[in-house]
Amino acid sequence: MAGVKSSRSHDMGMHTEQLSGRAMQLFFNAEEEGGFTYADAFEVDFNKRAEIDAEGVSVHDINLRIRKLMQEGYGTIVLKNPGARHSLCAGILNRLNLIIEGSLGYFGCGLIDGPNVRISGRVGWSFAENMMAGVCVIEKNAGSTFGAALRGGDLVCKGSVGSRTGIDMKGGTILIGGDTGAFSGFMMQRGRMVVCGNAGKNLGDSMYDGTIYVGGEIQSLGVDAVPEEMSDLDREWLKRKLSMYELLPKDGSVDHFTKIVAGRQLWNYDNLEPTEKKLIL
Amino acid sequence: MAKKEDVDYFLKQSGIDSEREKIIGQHIGYRYDVNLLPDYSRLTPFLKEYIAHMGWEDLNWLEDVHMGYEEGRPAVFDRNINGWVTVPSEMKLPDNQQDRDMLARELLVKFQMSPSHPLVQLNKAYRKF
Repeated sequence: MAGVKSSRSHDMGMHTEQLSGRAMQLFFNAEEEGGFTYADAFEVDFNKRAEIDAEGVSVHDINLRIRKLMQEGYGTIVLKNPGARHSLCAGILNRLNLIIEGSLGYFGCGLIDGPNVRISGRVGWSFAENMMAGVCVIEKNAGSTFGAALRGGDLVCKGSVGSRTGIDMKGGTILIGGDTGAFSGFMMQRGRMVVCGNAGKNLGDSMYDGTIYVGGEIQSLGVDAVPEEMSDLDREWLKRKLSMYELLPKDGSVDHFTKIVAGRQLWNYDNLEPTEKKLIL
Repeated sequence: MAKKEDVDYFLKQSGIDSEREKIIGQHIGYRYDVNLLPDYSRLTPFLKEYIAHMGWEDLNWLEDVHMGYEEGRPAVFDRNINGWVTVPSEMKLPDNQQDRDMLARELLVKFQMSPSHPLVQLNKAYRKF
């Protein structure tokens, strides 16, 4: 917060509280022994495999079973017959290979941090909402608000997705093999979205930051979403990421992608205040 | 960020440059390029080991981690504590942002996985199930 005291706003008495937050001293040694997982995470072995048949089992019990299996060291879990039920596989904060044979309903795999999830079917609204880390691959289509408020990790849908994909995303990567609906990337704050097919109306509306790459047609751009030239780093990253999930075009080229970024005209929203006042008066 | 070519810009300057920033008395935006994609040729051995352990093929969530500059000090933002973790002063900073980002990623993983991380205490105190 350097310079606050010498600013004009300070002279006008507009700062009455501390804005910089508080510092906290922690005793942490970068060289100390530490694992690759959270201190309270379960130790799991990817070679230890278990199966859950979800037929006739409540969602609550399925989620508890997954947790119990991780506690017992199972690193690969296969979920059969999920029946497109809602809120399955939510809140997994562990490294894990999770294979789902079937489809999920709303809010599947929400709030996860670390697992690698493969889904052979489709997923409903708000899949992987607030995902922190890990990989989710959906073989078919996904509903609206796919990856809402995503924070990190790779979220891949090999088919097409509904509207408002990646709404309010704050990090991570969303990859879509097909098309995406209207208002994708709405209020995006950071992270990357790659759409191999077409994008619907108002792409990247009110985005503050982040990057959207579209391989097909863009129906229209939203407020403050602007095209930018692709760099070599962009091309290299796109090629690597798309080939990881077998989404790279056969000719291996990514030159047809359009890069969309924030125009940053919305960063200083209080510049609009005079207009607002005028409207009120 | 493109105008800030000097990698040490925010270590030497307050970042209060534009008229708007002078009026409000603070820098607008991040003090690093949040959209900078990682250069995978610069992965550290620690990060390679971490990626393999997690069963991933790339940096995954760490692609969004960069070295930032808070109050004139190099630091990395830890989303789990919603705060900046400053880089130890004795640590020599590389001369380019890509290597600095890799250093920040390594440091953040070590911090988050450490038993000294604040979330460990919070977990003990508040975990419900």
